[in-house]
Amino acid sequence: MHALTVDWIPNGQIGVMSLLRPLLLDVVPTIQQTAALALGRLANYNDDLAEAVVKGDILPQLVYSLAEQNRFYKKAAAFVLRAVGKHSPQLAQAIVDCGALDTLVICLEDFDPGVKEAAAWALGYIARHNAELSQAVVDAGAVPLLVLCIQEPEIALKRIAASTLSDISKHSPELAQTVVDAGAIAHLAQMILSPDAKLKRQILSALSQIAKHSVDLAEMVVEAEIFPVVLTCLKDKDDYVKKNASTLIREIAKHTPELAQLIVNAGGVAAVIDCVGSCRGNIRLPGIMMLGYVAAHSENLAMAVIISKGVPQLSICLSEEPEDHIKAAAAWALGQIGRHTPEHARAVAVTNTLPVLLSLYMSPESSEDLQVKSKKAIKSILQKCTYLPALEPFLYDAPPNILKHVVGQFSKVLPHDSKARRLFVTSGGLKKVQEIKAEPGSLLQEYINSINNCYPEEIVRYYSPGYSDTLLQRVDSYQPIIN
Amino acid sequence: MATLARLQARSSFVGKQYYYRNRYLHRITTIIQKWWRSYLGKKEFRHVVQVAHYTMKMNLYNEMAVKIQRRWRGYKIRKYCFNYYYLKEYLRAISETNDAIREALEEFAEMKEREEKKANLEKEEKQRDYQARKMHYLLSTKQIPGIYNSPFRQAPDPWELRLQKAKPLIHPRPKVRQECSTSLSDWLACTSARSFPRSDILPPINKKKCQGPFRDFNEVLEQRYKPLEPTLRVAEPINQLKLAREELKREECAQNVNDKMFFPFSSYHKKEKYTPSIHSSSKYGSDSYGEKQFRSENPKKWICDKDFQTVLPSFDLFSKYGKLYSRAGQIV
Repeated sequence: MHALTVDWIPNGQIGVMSLLRPLLLDVVPTIQQTAALALGRLANYNDDLAEAVVKGDILPQLVYSLAEQNRFYKKAAAFVLRAVGKHSPQLAQAIVDCGALDTLVICLEDFDPGVKEAAAWALGYIARHNAELSQAVVDAGAVPLLVLCIQEPEIALKRIAASTLSDISKHSPELAQTVVDAGAIAHLAQMILSPDAKLKRQILSALSQIAKHSVDLAEMVVEAEIFPVVLTCLKDKDDYVKKNASTLIREIAKHTPELAQLIVNAGGVAAVIDCVGSCRGNIRLPGIMMLGYVAAHSENLAMAVIISKGVPQLSICLSEEPEDHIKAAAAWALGQIGRHTPEHARAVAVTNTLPVLLSLYMSPESSEDLQVKSKKAIKSILQKCTYLPALEPFLYDAPPNILKHVVGQFSKVLPHDSKARRLFVTSGGLKKVQEIKAEPGSLLQEYINSINNCYPEEIVRYYSPGYSDTLLQRVDSYQPIIN
Repeated sequence: MATLARLQARSSFVGKQYYYRNRYLHRITTIIQKWWRSYLGKKEFRHVVQVAHYTMKMNLYNEMAVKIQRRWRGYKIRKYCFNYYYLKEYLRAISETNDAIREALEEFAEMKEREEKKANLEKEEKQRDYQARKMHYLLSTKQIPGIYNSPFRQAPDPWELRLQKAKPLIHPRPKVRQECSTSLSDWLACTSARSFPRSDILPPINKKKCQGPFRDFNEVLEQRYKPLEPTLRVAEPINQLKLAREELKREECAQNVNDKMFFPFSSYHKKEKYTPSIHSSSKYGSDSYGEKQFRSENPKKWICDKDFQTVLPSFDLFSKYGKLYSRAGQIV
């Protein structure tokens, strides 16, 4: 039976199901187990076969004998249920409809850890698809048993139970609250210190799915004293542990300024920045978003991000990452940092990120999302930026809608600062401003006028375009005084 | 005429009287009006002065109040709403905490690396020791220099020294091999006092028959040295079935080219150790508990290495075939 190569099965799949089905009822237990195992492997391979398993009315038989047989049969039957339930929500609903959930929950109480693992795995795959299926799993009473499973000594069982709790709590706040009410958080928080990398992945994922829904849940997760232990997970060798740890910190930081303050006070920002620096690709994304969320709450927190050396790291991410969505996230985060006060805008502008943002906005290859986010970031930073050396390149390259803001900033700063005025003239900025064509009466024209009013008329005339032509015309039309 | 003159004189006199009286009245009225007007004017003036005084006072108070409010507002903003020095202090504390956390995390990462390296080194050391023990026979002797101790080298290879230090590896014999290989024929060789002494010298053939009602000597010898007729039960060892199976297995094993079953070739290059789920790491097939035997087993608590053996007793029926009745009766 195990020698069946699965590839040629679809041709004869109805036949195979009708062959295997009576074997499930065989007298010899070994044959039953092997038949169940074969069904599981077939269903695991692709979803057409899983549908055939469902259509062949095999599930009620499996569920019925699941309650009575020995542990090998239970393991094999749970494997079949898992294999069928993982493909699509409709198949998972078919499993729920034939009453498998109650028997799976009974299996969770079995002595053998292998049976528990198989049952928990099947429940996890069912609950993964959507909120109704998760609710059905919770209604069957699985959650307290899963919390007991987490406390078992076998690592594989802990992993699977944690992943199932994560799948249950990810859909809605009520489900997450159910998981929390069963006392899961304390046990999950204890196991963050375990040395097994895959277990840590699942634990961190479960905690972040719980914390993401509301402020209360996030506060409960924080009260379990995960800081500063979670920060050590950011230094783990395994990439996905780092990713899940930064996801957890992001989900906590995004709710309120107080929670973000807590994370900042615990030194979380520095740890996340180091983590972002040491990863590449998609692993970085939650860390970048976390910095954006923290900076968005208030200017003090944004200043804290700046002094933790977050801005150089973000600009490195912006320039070296190939994927557009990560660049978009970095642009958004920089916008959140720089939009508060001129100090913040200066800190962002000093690192020379504004030209990069401009080029991303202008490039036709960037996705729409990236363009929108970089435009917003540029606008919000420019509206507060008084650091003129960073603004000058914008006079040359920027499109008209951004040029308006740049010239506006110049018009606000130049009247008050004489050194800046001198620098503006000597660097050729005044010349460029004269060359800008604006409709009379528009905002741009007003700004240009206010800049021109800062300078004596001769200089303005000197730099206005076509001045050399007018001078030559005057030479042409001049009557020399002949004595 | 006189009247006219008198009238004229009278009228001028009266006129003058009236004139003087008017003047007098006017003068008095003026004085009264003057005093009244001065009274009104002074009242007005007093009022104006009061108003001016009041305004001056209020201006002064307002200015003083503004001074106080100014100072208070500055203090309030600087102390309670946006305390610049507090913010600076806070940011400094944050950066210190960040540095501390960064250091702590670096240490943690270093510690983990060190532990890993140490574990790797120990593993390698163990492996090399095991190799040295296995290759112990390559040690050089006085007569023949070993492969690691070439005479053309100045100093022996480090492996040579390792081989010298290593204890030779003896594959542990499975302790269950203590079979008593006594076969049944050895019963006859036993020399305890209770059995018949067996000498190498056969008795003489033509010995004179002893007088008396003695049986035939040959018969006696036959009876004395009758070979043991074991029952079927004793004739074969108890675990004969198991022995036969193992014999078969050994024969088949001898025909195998490679002893390792299911050598993974597709994952051969992968170094990662695969941690299986419980489902796939536990033994396939049913457990004997509950079906074949009903004792709970804990091999760690066993005193000796052997488990209880199941023994099927054999039939006595066939062993007694032909021996149930004596020859005398000749029935069977």
